[in-house]
Amino acid sequence: MSAILQNCLNGLSIGSIYALIAIGYTMVYGILRLINFAHGDIFMMAGYFMIICMTDCLIPWYISIVLVIAATVLLGVLTEKIAYKPLREAPRMSIMISAIGVSYLLQNLATYLFSALPKAYPSIDFLNKTIKIGNISTSLVTFITPILTVLIVVFLVFLINKTKVGMAMRAVSRDFETSQLMGIKINNVISITFVIGCALAAIGSILYFTPRPSVTPLSGSLPGLKCFVAAVFGGIGSIPGALVGGFLIGVSETFIKAGAYSEFSDAVTFVILIIVLLFKPTGLFGEKTTEKV
Amino acid sequence: MSNKNILEIRNLTVSFGGIEAVKGISMDIPAGEIVTLIGANGAGKSTILRTIAGIVKPQEAEITFEGEPINGLSPDKIVSKGITLVPEGRRIFGNLTVLENLKIGAYLRKDNIEADIEHVYSLFPRLKERSWQMAGTLSGGEQQMLAVGRALMGKPKLIMMDEPSLGLAPLVVKDIFDIIKTVHKEGITVLLNEQNANMALKVADRAYVIETGNIIMSGTGAEIAADDSIKEAYLGKAKH
Repeated sequence: MSAILQNCLNGLSIGSIYALIAIGYTMVYGILRLINFAHGDIFMMAGYFMIICMTDCLIPWYISIVLVIAATVLLGVLTEKIAYKPLREAPRMSIMISAIGVSYLLQNLATYLFSALPKAYPSIDFLNKTIKIGNISTSLVTFITPILTVLIVVFLVFLINKTKVGMAMRAVSRDFETSQLMGIKINNVISITFVIGCALAAIGSILYFTPRPSVTPLSGSLPGLKCFVAAVFGGIGSIPGALVGGFLIGVSETFIKAGAYSEFSDAVTFVILIIVLLFKPTGLFGEKTTEKV
Repeated sequence: MSNKNILEIRNLTVSFGGIEAVKGISMDIPAGEIVTLIGANGAGKSTILRTIAGIVKPQEAEITFEGEPINGLSPDKIVSKGITLVPEGRRIFGNLTVLENLKIGAYLRKDNIEADIEHVYSLFPRLKERSWQMAGTLSGGEQQMLAVGRALMGKPKLIMMDEPSLGLAPLVVKDIFDIIKTVHKEGITVLLNEQNANMALKVADRAYVIETGNIIMSGTGAEIAADDSIKEAYLGKAKH
């Protein structure tokens, strides 16, 4: 019994991290109709930023977290300005290929700057503290991750549905040109979307790497793909969908890892993707594409 | 004369991929009047409105609004000067509620908009009944009311309407022209682009006839409506 609870908690925890990254995919898709393939690598770069801050510069963890979020946001916004913005009028395929290019660029840049060898991730003692809840013993980070994620999702849903900037985001996601006619600066709205997505990727990165030993230039690629699956599973474009998709993939993966077939855990994630695409292509909470014109 | 014109366009040329869609036209929009552009599909009427709104970049143009040059400004700057375009096909935000659509029309305003929302509701009571509905569920005529209401929320001095009656039932078309008259009574200058030349010329103080990117005729609505060649080409009446 306690093993099941333990797995549930671990699954929810890793699932929350997937959800945080999946929100980045889903929000960018909502606005630009772009699958930002570089998102997983932005997440990986955030890992290296943390190493630079804490290991190389010996900055305390609470300041480092702020610096890492800021640097990741800057990287994401720069990526958008350099690689996506000039292609605003281009066919969607071009901007997607540009995203794949940015993904490889970041992986190779990381290899060049930090070498392909794993670099030890700094340990944040406060987050790695072991706590006991009943029979379950776990690190603090595993425990606070799902709570933090749910709070962030509630905040985002509020932001998007109740504030003026959220209203502008929904308008831009529907119709660029008419949004411009309302006086909305669409480039600002797109930048805000990337700021939110990258800030969440940075938070996800800190929570993901803290219980893990090291970062490599390819650390972002598999989590990135899984989070993309989570976003599609929940219905791409939907933030609560990304949360549910992340939770489901995290929990199913953790249970399979705990069982006898741990080497199949990644395969199962992609089997889930195929099944979802076959039976419900819009995902659990995806928007219906039929519209009255 | 010039201080009476709210909008003056000189030598407007717009090309798409090397082909000139608008070929150096000039026109004046007097303040407080309804001016209509009539002409066939592809004559360049929509392009003219979209260029004034800043969505399309002209190759060459001198556009002055209230004596200030506005060509080359971004759409948000142009909106903030008091020019609004109600786009072709209405283009309301179907994923926003009716009320949110009105609020987004006032996106650049910092002052209190409650009174203006009530004012739009008084002009179009149907919108008030449906204020919490998603705008995508409205009928075509209601969507056009919403599109105009949304434009009014920006407190424009000049409102441009691109094909407001396109694709609407004949009874609804009459409502649309009532809406145009209502807007005009608010003291707002109207620049109308309309394929329904019959109706457009009836409400217009002044009309420009556009053919393949050129103005081929201009005059008061009544003058244009009385012209034989216009009757034949646009009003569906044979020469007697």
